Amino acid sequence: MIPDLGKYAVEVLSAYAVSILLVLGLVWISVRAARRARTWLETVERQKAGRDG
Amino acid sequence: MSVWEYANPKKFIATTTPVLPWVMGGAAVTLTIGLVWGFFFTPDDYRQGSTVKIFYLHVPAAMMAINIWVMMLVTSLIWLIRRHHVSALAAKAAAPIGIVMTLIALFTGAVWGQPMWGTWWAWDPRLTSFLILFLFYLGYMALWTAIEDDDTAADLTSVLCLVGSVFALLSRYAVNFWNQGLHQGASLSLDAEENVADVFWYPALVCIAGFVLLSVGLVILRTQTEIRLRRARALQARMTG
Amino acid sequence: MSPPPTRVAAATRPSCEGRGVDPARAANRSRAAPGSARAPDRGRPVIALLKRDLALAVRAGGGFGLGLAFFLIVVVLVPFGVGPQAEVLARIAPGILWVAALLSALLSLDRIFALDFEDGALPLLATSPLPLEAVALVKGLAHWITTGLPLTLAAPALGFLLNLDPAAYAFLLVSLAVGTPALSMIGTFGAALTVGLRRGGLLMSLLVLPLYIPTLIFGAEAVRRGADGASAATALVLQGGITLGTVALLPFATAAALRVNLR
Repeated sequence: MIPDLGKYAVEVLSAYAVSILLVLGLVWISVRAARRARTWLETVERQKAGRDG
Repeated sequence: MSVWEYANPKKFIATTTPVLPWVMGGAAVTLTIGLVWGFFFTPDDYRQGSTVKIFYLHVPAAMMAINIWVMMLVTSLIWLIRRHHVSALAAKAAAPIGIVMTLIALFTGAVWGQPMWGTWWAWDPRLTSFLILFLFYLGYMALWTAIEDDDTAADLTSVLCLVGSVFALLSRYAVNFWNQGLHQGASLSLDAEENVADVFWYPALVCIAGFVLLSVGLVILRTQTEIRLRRARALQARMTG
Repeated sequence: MSPPPTRVAAATRPSCEGRGVDPARAANRSRAAPGSARAPDRGRPVIALLKRDLALAVRAGGGFGLGLAFFLIVVVLVPFGVGPQAEVLARIAPGILWVAALLSALLSLDRIFALDFEDGALPLLATSPLPLEAVALVKGLAHWITTGLPLTLAAPALGFLLNLDPAAYAFLLVSLAVGTPALSMIGTFGAALTVGLRRGGLLMSLLVLPLYIPTLIFGAEAVRRGADGASAATALVLQGGITLGTVALLPFATAAALRVNLR
């Protein structure tokens, strides 16, 4: 499955693992923040509509 | 019809929302193809062995680390000159992406340097420049979080971004003067005499495209988040106040 | 009249004088040859502001001596950290002296605008006839006179403690004299960015220290090359370029940041 990385296996694998983790972490944080901001704005807008209407 | 139309927050969200899934999906596809290609289906370099595979991460991340700073510089200028809020928010949204890219470039550079140069960290000009870039990102983000008023924060961080860009460039060349370095020259430039062989070049191109798409998608997503947060805050202040 | 309440009184002086010189200015203009529409004399408020800042730095418990003492302490601490071997100390002396000078310049930066901001002198300065860019320049100059200049003069004495190469003393003196104005100007910019913040000191170090990197590199490199007997001219010229660039351009950024913070 994993190609023969020779004596540098640790370096190559750790580079890939850490980079992919960092990218996924950033994406996860961004998506979570986006979802929270959207629900917050929706509740605030609903409150406003309820008060105005 | 002018490009400034998209500076309207509503228009920006309305335009970018349908595009966003395609950009993010494209980023996922290209990154998967590029990294799998690079990791599983490329030969080892005769000198560097399998560590050559690290470059499919290192080079695109380093490119994006610099490009995102340039993007922040441009959006800061647009904010200072034309006062479009979306522009300032885009700069704010991009900084964390840039710092993650810088971190990836630094980390992959360090693990590559360990077997090649025999040390985890060398005060090589390019590595040092990236460390300095990392510090600039840190300061920029710290200034954003420290100031409460949104417009003041946007103004001050924009000024810092302009001044910081000049000094980052200065540092880049000062560091060259200070240590000649071990790092090889840019190996993917088109005019270089001795370029990377095609077997390494094509997967690297796919990875670069993937990192670009990923960064663009994240900038759009995070800018939308900032716009929504600011609007929600303004609405809440209006209702309670 | 002994207590130090003169902060506000002294603070208002430049603007008062600016307005107060109106008759003098008129006299000046009438004395000038007819036809030569000379700009009003801006030199006097500049000198008044400089004198005031120097007086405040020296008198009101300012960081005048503190910066020097800090410089001394850092340099004294280094041998305890790296060991007393003379050759090791001689090797690292240029870098240590430069880093220590940089840190002690950093120490007094937040005083540049923070006190004026708290007691309301800064808005007065902003409305004075002096352009805010000139205020920024004068503030940087005052900071240099109270920290950069004493540090430059004290550095050779501390070079003895670190067993600095005899050939390097002249280069140390020149490189500090050329480079410390840049430290003050960059620091003034950092101080202007963080003036409105309650605990801006730590943030300011984070913002300012990366900006110090080119100055530090060329400064320490000039001393190191001087110690090795190599030509230090390139480093000194480049450092002079940085200093002139910061003096010419950074006051505009500083003034822009001040205007934002005074909004």
